[in-house]
Amino acid sequence: MFKLKATIIKDVKVLLRDKVGICFMFIMPILLVVVVTSIQNSTFQLVNKNRLPIIICNNDTGQSSKQLIIAIGKIGLFKVSVVKGEESEKLMADAMHQQDAMLGVIIPSNFSSKVSAKSKSIAGKALTSFGLQGETAKPAGDVDPLTIYYNPVLQESIRLSVQGALRSALQMTESRETLRSLYFSINEKQLPESLENEMLNNKTAINEVPVSKDGTRITPNATQHNVPSWTIFAMFFIILSLGGGIVREKESGSFIRLKTLPTSYAVAMLSKQITYLGITMLQAAVIFSMGIWLFPFFGLPALNLPADLLALFVVTLICGWCAVSYSICVGVFAETHEQANGFGAVSIVILACIGGLMVPSFAMQGFFKSAANISPMHWCLQAYYTLFLEGGKLKDVLNNIIPLFIITLVFQFLTFVGLKRKNLI
Amino acid sequence: MAVTNALAVDVEHMGFKYPGNPDVSFADLNLKIAKGERFGLFGPNGAGKTTLLSLMTGLLAADEGHIKLLGHEVGGQNNEVNKLFGFVPQDFSFYEELSPVENFAFFGAWSGLNKQAIKKRTNELLDILGLGDVRDKQVKKFSGGMKRRVNLAIGVLHNPVILFLDEPTVGVDVQTRHAIINYLLELNKNGTTLVYTSHQLGEAEGLCEQVALIDDGKIVAQDGLNKLLKHYNEESLEHLFLKLTGKDYRD
Repeated sequence: MFKLKATIIKDVKVLLRDKVGICFMFIMPILLVVVVTSIQNSTFQLVNKNRLPIIICNNDTGQSSKQLIIAIGKIGLFKVSVVKGEESEKLMADAMHQQDAMLGVIIPSNFSSKVSAKSKSIAGKALTSFGLQGETAKPAGDVDPLTIYYNPVLQESIRLSVQGALRSALQMTESRETLRSLYFSINEKQLPESLENEMLNNKTAINEVPVSKDGTRITPNATQHNVPSWTIFAMFFIILSLGGGIVREKESGSFIRLKTLPTSYAVAMLSKQITYLGITMLQAAVIFSMGIWLFPFFGLPALNLPADLLALFVVTLICGWCAVSYSICVGVFAETHEQANGFGAVSIVILACIGGLMVPSFAMQGFFKSAANISPMHWCLQAYYTLFLEGGKLKDVLNNIIPLFIITLVFQFLTFVGLKRKNLI
Repeated sequence: MAVTNALAVDVEHMGFKYPGNPDVSFADLNLKIAKGERFGLFGPNGAGKTTLLSLMTGLLAADEGHIKLLGHEVGGQNNEVNKLFGFVPQDFSFYEELSPVENFAFFGAWSGLNKQAIKKRTNELLDILGLGDVRDKQVKKFSGGMKRRVNLAIGVLHNPVILFLDEPTVGVDVQTRHAIINYLLELNKNGTTLVYTSHQLGEAEGLCEQVALIDDGKIVAQDGLNKLLKHYNEESLEHLFLKLTGKDYRD
C-alpha cells in the first residue's frame, strides 16, 4: 500500500509539472466543448431565430407568385429578399453572394398562368366528378419547376427541410388557386377572403413533447446534447498524456531501474489507473460545472444535471476507467512516443465517429450501426443521453454500463497480456 | 532473504544470445566475484559489459547456465533477490520533473524502505553527496555532475549488499569524480561489493582490486589488478587493456 501511495504521489507530481499534458487534458477539451456547443447553438438559432436568408427572383407578374412569396415568408424559416431579372445561375450566384444568402429561388415568368390553368383544369374535373356542369376540363400541363440554388455549405438535412417548407408553400398557393376556381365555377362569384382563410389557414396545431423516463420535461438543446458527448471525448483525450507517458517512461532510464527494484511493475500500472481515473472524474466535474455556471455567460443554454446523481457518478466512473484502460493498453503496446500519440489520437477520433459523438448513431446505416457497438464511446454516450435527455435512473443505464464494463475488461486483459509478453510483470 | 556466505556474484556456464543481434553473445561464461570485493569489468565498446551487467541484475534472462547473487538465482520477478543489490545505470535513471527528495521518496518505497527509513537515508545521502542545498529543486535544472550524484544516491538508497555501477562517472568534472569514487570506497569499506564498469581506466585503477577484461563476449583475463599487471608485464591498466584487446576501432 505504501508503494502504491508513493507511486500515486509521484505520478500526480509528474503530471502537475507537465503543462502541455494538462493543457491536452483540460484546456483543449474545454475549448472543444465551448466551441462546438456555441457553433451548434448558433445553427439552432440560424434556423429558429435568425432565419435562413433566401433570395427570390420573381420573373412572374401574376398573383400566384405573390401569394407564393407571402406563403414562403409565413413559414417562419426564411428571411425573404425579392429581386427581379436574375434569371441565370450566374446572376443568382452573384446576388446570393452580395446579400450573403444561403438560398435562392427563381420563379418562372409563366408561373401564375400555369398555376391558374392547372387549378381551372382540376376544378373542372372536380365538378364533373361531382356530377355538375362545369367548365370543360382542358388538359393543363405541369407548372414549370421552381429552381432552388443553395450554398454548398448547407447540410443535406437543412436542404431537405427547405425543400419540404417550399413544397408546403407551393401546395398552399396551388390549393388556394384551385379553391378559388372551384368556388367561382359553382357560385359564379369570388371566394370571400374570410372563408378562404378559414379553409386554408385553419390547421391543426402540432405540439412537441420530449419523451422522458421520469416524467420531467427536459428541453433538448445544444448544451444538453454537446456537454455529455464532448466530456466523453475529453476523457478519452487523456491518451495523449497517459499513453505517451507510459512509452516515455519505458524509453527512459528510470524504467531500467524500476525493473531492477523489488516491486512489480503492476504497481506502476495500478497507480496510473487510479491517478488518471481521478483526472477523468475531475475533467467531467470541470466540464459539467462550466455547462451549469459558465455557459449562460456565453449566451448558451445552461446544462441541467440529471436527477439521479448517483447514476451520473457511476456512468462517469466507468467511462473514465474505460478511457484510462484504453490509454494504458495503447501505451503498453506502442514502441515509440510517436506511435502512442499518433495511433491514440486517430483511434479516439474514429471511436468517436463510430460511437455517435459526431453523427448520431440512429442516423447510421448497416455496417456502421453495428460497428457503433464496439466503440466504448457509444455506450458512454447512450448512458449519458439516457440520464441527461431522458431523465433516466441507474437501472435505465445498466444495459449501457454492462457492455462498457465488458469492453473495459477486454482492455485490461490485453494490457495484462502485453505486460506479460514484455516480461514487465 | 538471508545474506549467505556464498559468492557475491556467481556466473556459471552462462549462455546468452540477443534475439536478432548475434554480435553480442556469451557462451559458457564463468565469473566469480567474492563478497566485499571491488570488481572492475572492462572491455571495448560492444564487448558485452552492459549486457553482462543486465544479465547479472535480471534485466535480461540467460539462455543457459546460472547467475546467482549471494547464492540466490537471478531471473524472473524475483523481488527478494532484487532487494540484495543496487544498480546505477549509465543513463540517468530518475524523474527529471521531480526533486531529489521526491525521487528518493518514490524509489525508496519501490526499494522496500518504509517512510522513516527513506527520510533518514534521504538526509544522509543529500549530505554525503552535497545535494542538500538543492534537495527540493527539480533535477532537470541540475548540472551533469549533480545528476550523476542523484543517479548514484538512488542506487544505494536501500543499502544494498552488492552495487552494480555502469560507468557511474561518465561526463563529470574532476571534483565530482573524486567525490563519487571516495563515496564508493567508503561503501566498500562498510561491506558493499562493488561491480563496476567504465572506460576511465585511470580511475578504475584507484578503485578496483579485482578486474576482468571482456572482449567479444569472452573473459580474456581475470585476476587481481596487480597480479595481472605483473603477469603481462604492463605498467597500467590502459596498457594491459590495449595489449589484450588490440588497438582497432570496435564500433
